[in-house]
Amino acid sequence: MSSAVEQIEGLTAQEYKYGFVTDIDQETLPPGLTEDTVRFISAKKEEPEWLLDWRLKAFRHWQGMTEPTWPNVSYPKIDYQSISYYAAPKSADDKPKSLDEVDPELLATYEKLGIPLEERAVLAGVAVDAVFDSVSVATTFREKLADAGVIFMSISEAVREHPELVRKYLGSVVPPSDNFFAALNSAVFSDGSFVFIPKGVTCPMELSTYFRINAMNTGQFERTLIVAEDDSYVSYLEGCTAPMRDQNQLHAAVVELVALENARIKYSTVQNWYPGDKDGNGGIYNFVTKRGACRGKRSKISWTQVETGSAITWKYPSCILIGDGSVGEFYSVAVTNNHQQADTGTKMIHIGKDTTSTIVSKGISAGVSNNSYRGLVKIMPKAEGARNFSQCDSMLMGDRCGAHTFPYLEVRNKTAQVEHEATTSKIGEDQIFYLNQRGIETEDAVSMIVNGFCKEVFRELPMEFAVEAQKLLGVSLEGSVG
Amino acid sequence: MLQIRNLHVSIDGQKILRGIDLDVQPGTVHAVMGPNGSGKSTLASVLAGRDGYEIEQGSVTYNGQDLLDMDPEIRAREGVFLAFQYPVEVPGVTTMYFMREAVNAVRKHRGEEELSAGEFLKLAREKIGPLGMEADMLKRAINEGFSGGEKKRSEIFQMAMLEPRLAVLDETDSGLDIDALKIVADGVNSLRSAERSFVVITHYQRLLNYIVPDYVHVLSEGRIELSGDKDLALELESRGYGWINDDVVPQAVAGV
Repeated sequence: MSSAVEQIEGLTAQEYKYGFVTDIDQETLPPGLTEDTVRFISAKKEEPEWLLDWRLKAFRHWQGMTEPTWPNVSYPKIDYQSISYYAAPKSADDKPKSLDEVDPELLATYEKLGIPLEERAVLAGVAVDAVFDSVSVATTFREKLADAGVIFMSISEAVREHPELVRKYLGSVVPPSDNFFAALNSAVFSDGSFVFIPKGVTCPMELSTYFRINAMNTGQFERTLIVAEDDSYVSYLEGCTAPMRDQNQLHAAVVELVALENARIKYSTVQNWYPGDKDGNGGIYNFVTKRGACRGKRSKISWTQVETGSAITWKYPSCILIGDGSVGEFYSVAVTNNHQQADTGTKMIHIGKDTTSTIVSKGISAGVSNNSYRGLVKIMPKAEGARNFSQCDSMLMGDRCGAHTFPYLEVRNKTAQVEHEATTSKIGEDQIFYLNQRGIETEDAVSMIVNGFCKEVFRELPMEFAVEAQKLLGVSLEGSVG
Repeated sequence: MLQIRNLHVSIDGQKILRGIDLDVQPGTVHAVMGPNGSGKSTLASVLAGRDGYEIEQGSVTYNGQDLLDMDPEIRAREGVFLAFQYPVEVPGVTTMYFMREAVNAVRKHRGEEELSAGEFLKLAREKIGPLGMEADMLKRAINEGFSGGEKKRSEIFQMAMLEPRLAVLDETDSGLDIDALKIVADGVNSLRSAERSFVVITHYQRLLNYIVPDYVHVLSEGRIELSGDKDLALELESRGYGWINDDVVPQAVAGV
């Protein structure tokens, strides 16, 4: 992280050199955020007028907003004027030329996680062309998807190629004025992904491998939009078990999902950004707004997340269950170690009749970390027969960490059924000893116990990721039990 | 195989074992009996290497090695097995996965090839049948929702899988009805061999009708007060532990 700090300091120290609107040839903006910053980003991306207006509206709204203070986390005040809001992707010249130039510790972690060799280089930021021809890999995927009628591209491309779709759905689930970080994202979002699954289409592949190779360096204000038309299905996987190199401390992403009639969207996240060092220095602030709207009847949105990284996580993937009989699911594993802080959970808003939601949250705290589950289940007056089941389990490792549960229930329809179960347990020395006594060493025993604890969530992950996620937990908790 | 010499152990400053001496030869079965609080389970825990016990004096030698110097998992891989009095539940971890990891850890330590999933399953089915358990048990989480009898049978199954050289059974009979007791005893008896030794810790003589010991030791207040053959267990059964405390101990104190 020291290099990131240096970079930020370096940028802060820079003199104001460029006019914003006239000179768009520069690659990195000096720190600061004004209307001109927004105009610059939009111009740089050659965006249409409507999108610039949209961004500006968000920016003006953001100016009148204050950062939320209700999460159970603490961090020094962020100076939004000291951040640079635009940096072009690094050119190949600046990147390591081969794996030999990459931090051996990072490579050792990839090894432990079992990341395929050819992907390690990409993840470590090695200039891709030097390693293998990613363009052809991407093209193959793209052709396969195009044959099925699936649109999968960066959101910048989508703005150019499918403006009508982007315009129709962007901000329709998370309005620009939704919250402080969503407004900031709407004003300055860098890039992200756009997925459109047409009516009746089952996406022919997990949108993951492609993503892992192509979605690097999307920047700190990522914007994702997924639309699934009637009777379609898509499984989307965001992130990676490998620790990502990242120069930005603040990440404020927005993800919007729209599911029309009978559509199903499965969105899985594995987040392993830099958590800071053992003493709590550095690390990513991950302030994310993720929300899905089940607009059609019997539509379904399922969020699965494995959160092990970041110094601070503030994230509540939510479902708005509008269509009758629609289904929302949230499966979460959040691991905090050392000085990490997580305040994460979900919101299930039941609007339509016979809507159902399931929440399974597993929080694991180690070191001196703090892990909070915060969840809202809201049953609106017209949600006849709505049902929710919530289960929140916390596991503590050691006696210096914290686990908290903040469940909020608002039930305005008397036919609704809402169940909430919560447990807190300490990883048992007797459990570890039992496994030791059968020849299993402590580190493996801890990993086995923790993975067992998270099993209900892991089985929701795509197979190959479930395996990586299990290893990731082991790596994240290394050394947390003596 | 196992030599315990003048072993003194305390927990939180409280003396539990006050000078245990015990020799276990290969292929023998030793029963350790005694009233509640005499230190039986402490002895089992110390042999397996559980944390929280302070060894104040004495030594334990296992196959020529200093047992007390080994981590619990190394002891296990070297062939020390403890059948727990209270087997622990581990939610979400199947017995199958757990045992395969354990068996392979032991095999690796011995320089043997690890078992494939298929080989493991075959072995597991062979071992589980005679214990009156369905192979379905392997798919259940470790001890989760098991009845008392199932837990104990699972311990014996694990022992059969790991093929220890020294098996310590800590009150394996407690909470078992007579049918389960017979099954457990049959399981143990089928594992008796010239190389394998057992230390069977029990409160009641009942178990020893089915697992017939070569030696019986009576533990009282942290010391082995009496040793004998299987008839000693029968005498204890008829006279009770009070007989030891009232009779033997004063004599010992008086130097008789």
